Amino acid sequence: MKAFGAKRAVDGVSFAVERGEVLGFLGPNGAGKSTTMRMITGFIPPTDGSVKVGGHDVVEAPLEVKRLIGYLPEAAPSYPDMTVAGFLSFAADMRGLAGDAKKRAIGRVIDLCFLDAVIHQSIDTLSKGYRHRTCLAQALIHDPDVLILDEPTDGLDPNQKHEVRNLIRELGASKAIVFSTHILEEVDAACTRAIIIDRGRIVANGTPDELRAMSDLAGAVTLHATSLGAEALTEKLAALEGVSRVEPVDGALRAYPQDKANAGALAAAVIALAGREGWRLDMVRTEEGQLDEVFRRITLPDTVKERAR
Amino acid sequence: MSAPNPVWTIARRELASYFSSPVAYVFLVIFLLLTGFFTFTAGAFFERGEASLASFFLWHPWLYLVLVPAVGMRLWSEERRAGTLELLFTFPVAPWQAILGKFLASWLFLAIALALTFPVVITVNVLGEPDNGQILAGYFGSLLMAGAYLAVTCMTSAMTRNQVVSFILSVVILLFLILAGFTPVTDLLVRWASPAFVDTVAAFSFMTHFDPFQRGVIDSRDLIYFLSVIGFALFATGVILRNYRAG
Repeated sequence: MKAFGAKRAVDGVSFAVERGEVLGFLGPNGAGKSTTMRMITGFIPPTDGSVKVGGHDVVEAPLEVKRLIGYLPEAAPSYPDMTVAGFLSFAADMRGLAGDAKKRAIGRVIDLCFLDAVIHQSIDTLSKGYRHRTCLAQALIHDPDVLILDEPTDGLDPNQKHEVRNLIRELGASKAIVFSTHILEEVDAACTRAIIIDRGRIVANGTPDELRAMSDLAGAVTLHATSLGAEALTEKLAALEGVSRVEPVDGALRAYPQDKANAGALAAAVIALAGREGWRLDMVRTEEGQLDEVFRRITLPDTVKERAR
Repeated sequence: MSAPNPVWTIARRELASYFSSPVAYVFLVIFLLLTGFFTFTAGAFFERGEASLASFFLWHPWLYLVLVPAVGMRLWSEERRAGTLELLFTFPVAPWQAILGKFLASWLFLAIALALTFPVVITVNVLGEPDNGQILAGYFGSLLMAGAYLAVTCMTSAMTRNQVVSFILSVVILLFLILAGFTPVTDLLVRWASPAFVDTVAAFSFMTHFDPFQRGVIDSRDLIYFLSVIGFALFATGVILRNYRAG
């Protein structure tokens, strides 16, 4: 728990990340993502509760914890008067790397973060994307077991975003990674698990598929038939066993299941019905559910939800 | 080859950042011009007709009042403004190591500036036969005093993300510490306060403790005074930074 004065920024956020896991940390702005990450990395102390990394408590053994962690802070800060090479050399020194190990480490992160074109440039002359990756390189320099990345793709162009996501996924095979984002595609692209927090509390925790299944849409069957009027179709579909309601969507119809767990059966039932009735179907599709719909549903304040309806 | 000590790593980066911008060179030139002006013109070096650097050291408390805060004001406020504080404090270093490293770098920079005043020593040696031990003591005291000024600036720099605010706060605190022992001020105080009180106040002043060095006397009490000002101000810097992080 973290309180700033009377305001509780993070409250009752509790989770564990194992090696080999990439945890996506989702939430609207101001939800407490950065605060949580700052507590994990030991930058700010928790008001209450504890953080353990690799068996060390971050308040009692801060140096042990900090040695295990590579951290990319939210704004990707770096010293603007240094060159990229100078900055990485400084980071390597701070991590206790020396001699050949230091040279190898710097070479490795330059390759990983595609920095070789700007290596001798002063950081304040770099574009935002390069600056961001320079700070990311700093987080990777000691090949840490734990990576805490606060919005690692913020400010990058689509190609760079793609590269960084791939990098996170690759690194995730051998490390424990926590990264925050408010871009939902990234959860699919890189995470093995995602946590959604809102106003300082965890509101959802699961694999991307599990989160998607929480969507209203999950398991619904959408179909488009040319042979019959929409009204007649709606009537027949609604009468079908296992269908809770039917809604028109862009000229097609969507049947929602009563029981999401049994969604597979619904598609079969709809197709069987179409066969019996002799409908000509252009398209039948079982919906997967959409993360953004789940995200919106659980993080919108109640008043806004009412208005949206 | 073993990895360097983090205090040294931080100090080296800090010192390099002085010289990677024009600030360092502008500062050095202004410092040398001002010391020259005060020593020879305002301090009437030649008219005095004595082979000593009294007119040189006399002005140091006043010169440092403006120049040391200018050197130290960015130390922590810039880290706070740029967000690099978060980087620095998530590296595996203890806060005291970071505070000490940055302080030492700036102190070393001031030492370089002070060392570059060596022509004045040569001048006085060419013209006469000064007591070089006294001059050395003067330099030593001046460096210690610069360190104490700098530690105070370190502290005010940790209080804010704004360099200008840090500069002004620092000048005000330093001015107070100078004036507490400045003869015209103590003469005024004596009129309505007891001499014991005036002495106590003056004991907190830089002036009172810099004076013996100028006369070539290195007293352990003055050493302890300057070192405790440095120690206290750096400790306060640590407390301020911890409170800032705790929110």
